[in-house]
Amino acid sequence: MTATRILTLLAVLLVAPALPGIATRTKALLTGRRGAPVLQLYADLAKLAQKGVVYSRTATLVFRAAPVVLSASVLVAALLLPLDGRASIFGFSGDLVAFAGLLGLGRFALVLAGLDTGSSFEGMGSSREVTVAAFAEPALLLSFTVLVVATGSLSLGGMLGVPLAAAWPSVAPSLALAGASLFMLLLAENARVPVDDPATHLELTMIHEVIILDHSGPDLALILLAGAVKFALFSALVVSVLVPLARFDPWMSAAVLLAGLAVIAVLVGVIEAAMARLRMDRIPQFLVAASALAGFGVILLLR
Amino acid sequence: MMDFSGLLLLLVVFTDFWVLGTTRMSSVIRAAAIQGAILAALPLALHPGLSLHMVGLAIGTFAIKALLLPAFLHRAIREASVRREVEPVIGFTASLCIGAVAVALSFAVAQRLPLPEAQTALLVPVALATVIVGLIVLTTRSKALTQVVGYLILENGIYVFGLTQAERVPFLVEIGVLLDVFVGVFIMGIVVFHINREFDSLSSAKLTELKD
Repeated sequence: MTATRILTLLAVLLVAPALPGIATRTKALLTGRRGAPVLQLYADLAKLAQKGVVYSRTATLVFRAAPVVLSASVLVAALLLPLDGRASIFGFSGDLVAFAGLLGLGRFALVLAGLDTGSSFEGMGSSREVTVAAFAEPALLLSFTVLVVATGSLSLGGMLGVPLAAAWPSVAPSLALAGASLFMLLLAENARVPVDDPATHLELTMIHEVIILDHSGPDLALILLAGAVKFALFSALVVSVLVPLARFDPWMSAAVLLAGLAVIAVLVGVIEAAMARLRMDRIPQFLVAASALAGFGVILLLR
Repeated sequence: MMDFSGLLLLLVVFTDFWVLGTTRMSSVIRAAAIQGAILAALPLALHPGLSLHMVGLAIGTFAIKALLLPAFLHRAIREASVRREVEPVIGFTASLCIGAVAVALSFAVAQRLPLPEAQTALLVPVALATVIVGLIVLTTRSKALTQVVGYLILENGIYVFGLTQAERVPFLVEIGVLLDVFVGVFIMGIVVFHINREFDSLSSAKLTELKD
């Protein structure tokens, strides 16, 4: 059983860099362009890994540690998710808070690194990133609350595993609300339209991109990889809320999960093609709407 | 637990949030139109067994709430050329929060109400939530047209509440209420035209300057 779990995790990590590629390619095709190859990020990562690193004279250890802390925290968070729909590789009661905390730790390291460079652009980006995070975290925890109330389990392995599949028919509306809320969060947390635009080239309009302007070489590769894995984790979260994976046998559920990841990436691309990014002061409203959806899901369950 | 009518009622709450969250007036009107269409489908979903009463109610509701009034309001924003709600008294994020709290409250209150029978447990809380959301839009938005939409949402909430008793209320009364709303919105629309012509703006704050 543990073998399938580890293999599923490895498969998810392996396909993770393809997901942003799928989203970008979908957007390009829908807007009448050809777009970069789906596997572009693999090539970028390989190229960056061979390059040297340039550090600014103002940067300290904080700046150097950030990519490592970020990628490590995202990888540990990946261990907490029950990717095969049964149990996580490393789970305990209350690990949902650890999951949110690990993602928060990664972001904290990145934001500190942005401030550490002393560049005003990166400070601005850090401030925006934290603003988005402050509104995103209540939505994440409210979505988890829906799952906790629906299944009566306090660990991600239970919330998204067998108890969820058992409770699924009776709580479907609340789960749909939580899924929608998590999908909106996915867009916000992974710096996607309508919250942030990954394709922008103007520092003033960036949120996530501007923080990592000073990183280069393997450091940048680690950050890009962590971003791709985070995208995969959130997609996996949405998929396992909306599809009771425990109903399939382990191999089948892994296949369903991977297909689900691709579907989510395409959906993100469609949204990017169809929408413009929100004005900066409208972003909190977008995330409050996500919280309201999840909160409504909780209310429906408590009724 | 959740049948088709429950799903429709959830969609009603969605459109409530939609109205609270959008700045664009055409989008607000579209939300009200979709809510009207959902409300038209509700009596049929709640009371299976097609009776003439229910079908008539559904058709009347659809014609007035989903087609006639939205078309009229769309015409009004075209004539007055207002596109956005600029400065609401309470901001959009805050009104979304208040709306969420209102929904939570109405679900909590509805459980305690001593109602004779619960046909669909969701009917009463959704009705209360819609009424409160309508009230929020009616009181906090500055443009006269958005206020009209708020009035419509408020009335929609009352309509949902009325559905708990739909089998006992005579058909004529319901059609009378529908016509009332229609005339009400119609008159408000005409007033809106006049405000716009008089002040070159739809802000209801300027109504205090009205003189004979």
